[in-house]
Amino acid sequence: MNKRIQQNVMIKGTKDGFMLHLDDSCSFSELLKELEVKLSANYQFQENDPSISVKVHTGNRYLDEQQEEKIKEVIHKKKKLFVDEMISNVLTKDEAKRWKDENQVTTVTKVIRSGQVFEVPGDLLLIGDVNPDGTVRAGGNIYIMGQLKGIAHAGYKGNNEAIIAASVMKPAQLRIAGQVNLSPDQYTKWGHDLECAFMDEEENIIIEKLQVLKKYRPNLNRLEGGL
Amino acid sequence: MGEAIVITSGKGGVGKTTTSANLGTSLALLGKKVCLIDTDIGLRNLDVIMGLENRIIYDLVDVVEGRCKIHQALIKDKHFEDLLYLLPAPQNSDKTVVNEEQMRKLISDLKPDYDYVIIDCPAGIEQGFRNAIAGADKAIIVTTAERPAVRDADRIIGLLEKEEHIEPPQLIINRIRGHLLHEDEEMDIDGVTDFLKIDLIGVIPDDDQVIVAANKKEPIAYNPDNRVSLAYRNIARRILGESVPLTPIGSEPKGFMSKLKKFFSVR
Repeated sequence: MNKRIQQNVMIKGTKDGFMLHLDDSCSFSELLKELEVKLSANYQFQENDPSISVKVHTGNRYLDEQQEEKIKEVIHKKKKLFVDEMISNVLTKDEAKRWKDENQVTTVTKVIRSGQVFEVPGDLLLIGDVNPDGTVRAGGNIYIMGQLKGIAHAGYKGNNEAIIAASVMKPAQLRIAGQVNLSPDQYTKWGHDLECAFMDEEENIIIEKLQVLKKYRPNLNRLEGGL
Repeated sequence: MGEAIVITSGKGGVGKTTTSANLGTSLALLGKKVCLIDTDIGLRNLDVIMGLENRIIYDLVDVVEGRCKIHQALIKDKHFEDLLYLLPAPQNSDKTVVNEEQMRKLISDLKPDYDYVIIDCPAGIEQGFRNAIAGADKAIIVTTAERPAVRDADRIIGLLEKEEHIEPPQLIINRIRGHLLHEDEEMDIDGVTDFLKIDLIGVIPDDDQVIVAANKKEPIAYNPDNRVSLAYRNIARRILGESVPLTPIGSEPKGFMSKLKKFFSVR
């Protein structure tokens, strides 16, 4: 048997900075106490030392926001340390569900009509039209197999990387994250097929042929392989 | 057990009431027993178009509030023995005096006695609209081929699609003017159906005779020689389940020579 006193806090150095492993079987107050002791026993920093980032790994312990704050507080007491990241092996059900929702494609077949607002947390694949005065909103990307004549708002929670693609792109407005792009007063009768909209580095919404997406948003490709 | 069909449009002035009157008349001409209900409380029109306004004694609100029996309020159209009836709206109340539950009950009371209950809906999407659709099994959307009317029809279809008791709505495009179609000034029939993406049940041409008929207090559908009347009768047959092809409107070529040719070939 291991006679040594159980170490609840382990400090490891990595090339990016410190890694703090917090044991997940002891009580939270014990953990906090030991963390304080461990950190104060440490080396005294000089004024001109660079600050050191700390990654905190909490194992299988779930910490709520208040507890996370407390741990950060203890670490921040040491002047040169700052918490870079809190890593945990566990998620709450709510977080897991939100994570799933935000990362899945919702497929719907319907016409979004005048006055209707259709909203999904993740990506939206709409098989149908968005008519004038209709709105679609997605936390992620919007793909429309049909005519976009209303408003499409991609990445509405602030995702600048989100894109909007439509078989026929004649929107009243395009919105990506916080940016709005108003339509021209008149669309030409031809030549708005298979277009996409995305945001460039200067946060302008660009409308382009679908082919350019591969260049600007390579991350859209989730499947590897093929020819 | 009959069917309740609501005639609605969203926008005013596109021909809901004219359509209700003419479809009701056409169905009666085909031998069906029809009850027309005017739900435009406070702004009734259907009685005038049917030419029955002088015979109103009780109205819809009297019925739902129990001041009279349904059969006392129904006005029989004298053109028929026992086929066409009208339940008029009051002119001196407003739309909030009736609620959806009362309408549902009223219509379910009427349906066993009639083949078709046709509900003329007021313009707008407020209480009057909700009352009108509450008891309906089917909906017919009336629109003209103008953008404002089509936009409102789109809104209405969106609202109707949420109502699970109503079948997917069908579309009538009213007052199509052939000459504007040729000049590309108007959305054409394909443009409207492509936009709204619902089934087209009929197309009504624009004709001054409709106004003449309204002033004569007799729906145009009684006139067997008019093209509007024919269009309404065809819609009535489609409602009965017959497959009647759509008559093309404005498809005649326009040049002088072709007109001349047509003149000689037809007359």
